[in-house]
Amino acid sequence: MTWKDEWRRVWAIVWKDLTTERRSKAGLNAVAFMGILVLLLFGFALGPDTEALRNAAAGALWLAILFAGVLAFNRSYQLELDGGALESLLLYPGARWAIYAGKLIANLVFVLIVEAVVVPVAMVLYQVSLPPGWPALIGVTVLGTIGFVTLGTFYSAMSSRSRAREVLLPLLLFPMLIPVLLAAVESSASLLGGDPMSEAGAWVRLLGAFDIIFLVASLLAFEYVIEV
Amino acid sequence: MGVTTAGMTMAPAAKSRSRGMLMGIGAFVLLAAMQAWAISISVADRDMGHLQKIMYVHVPAAWNMMIAYFVVAIASLRYLWKGQENDDLLAASAAEAGALMTGLLLLLGMIWAKPTWGIWWTWDARLTSSAVLFFIYVGYLILRAFVDDPDRRAQWSAAVGLLGALNVPIVYMSVRWWRTLHQPQSSPRTLDPNYTMGLRVNAIAVMLILIWFIKHRYDTAKMERSADQLHERLALSGRGGINA
Repeated sequence: MTWKDEWRRVWAIVWKDLTTERRSKAGLNAVAFMGILVLLLFGFALGPDTEALRNAAAGALWLAILFAGVLAFNRSYQLELDGGALESLLLYPGARWAIYAGKLIANLVFVLIVEAVVVPVAMVLYQVSLPPGWPALIGVTVLGTIGFVTLGTFYSAMSSRSRAREVLLPLLLFPMLIPVLLAAVESSASLLGGDPMSEAGAWVRLLGAFDIIFLVASLLAFEYVIEV
Repeated sequence: MGVTTAGMTMAPAAKSRSRGMLMGIGAFVLLAAMQAWAISISVADRDMGHLQKIMYVHVPAAWNMMIAYFVVAIASLRYLWKGQENDDLLAASAAEAGALMTGLLLLLGMIWAKPTWGIWWTWDARLTSSAVLFFIYVGYLILRAFVDDPDRRAQWSAAVGLLGALNVPIVYMSVRWWRTLHQPQSSPRTLDPNYTMGLRVNAIAVMLILIWFIKHRYDTAKMERSADQLHERLALSGRGGINA
């Protein structure tokens, strides 16, 4: 088994998952609407004061992404389980991490597409205008999403095959994601304000470190999780 | 066949149980004595008065929480490496005792915060990161409760325990950057010598209780497992389960 073979497996799984999603679109629509719904709910909860909404925008957006995205992860394995496909997937030769990497990339693309819908809606609803440093903002969003999807894909491999899967995943995932939430919200908020204290850099480094640590740990540990 | 094996292991189990009981009683008596001693020798604090005495349980709970989570991480790693069930049971017992210590830490912290800071809760770094740790390990215990197959439960919770342990320093650092109000944590170096000895002996007393809790839960888990195995063996031998 060379690396090239493993990568071909990874891409096969990515392609399979994204094709399934593209053909039905049910998951994507549901998750994107859930994100927008959470944004609306926060708007109602915080009241119509423009200034308050603008200040809370980064936090509300990230919570909307977390609450909506968490619905997508269990689905990714549920589709396999419904068709009895996970066993066959495990029977194919090749490393276990390739399955994880495939699911991870497919989930990442999925959540990024959802964000492409939810972020502009958040900017409209909360009356936030695009700051001059917007490419950095996209970078922060992508880094935060990688951390979120890395752990989400890993934990949903367990929760989707347990009892009470809808409850278990957020309970496992959200406490672990608090560093991502803090770093993403703080750096987005300071970038939206023009980063006057240039504090976004430290948070971005923390996000990067989180992503690398948990990406490596999940790739190594996935074998133990999927085999049983 | 199964019954004789159970009969043979009965005697040492009973002995270990009575030893465990003795250890538990000893630990609690020691804690009560050390609390009384520390309270009697320490003078009232200039700012906090006698409220300072909460420290003798609050700070030992924090230290012992870290010890418990360290045991979870080591036992989880060892389980993934060697695959022995004992390590899984040890990790689970330590996680339970650690979550209890964290709960105690948070509760005592609140009781201490109300009269000194005037509030029950504040989004300070140390409080917040302890609360996050509490939820990470409660999540670990909930996962165990939701998975029935012992092998699956052991593998999954080992992975979750390890990832949780990796996250401890990251949570701590991120929350500290986010906000800091808590006084630098109490340790023998930051304390008036008046209080140092009391704190140290109470930390040891709480540690003995932690060890006893972990041991007790571990013994219970082992008994549960051997009861399950006995049940299985009897069912397989065709004698119709445990009553045959």
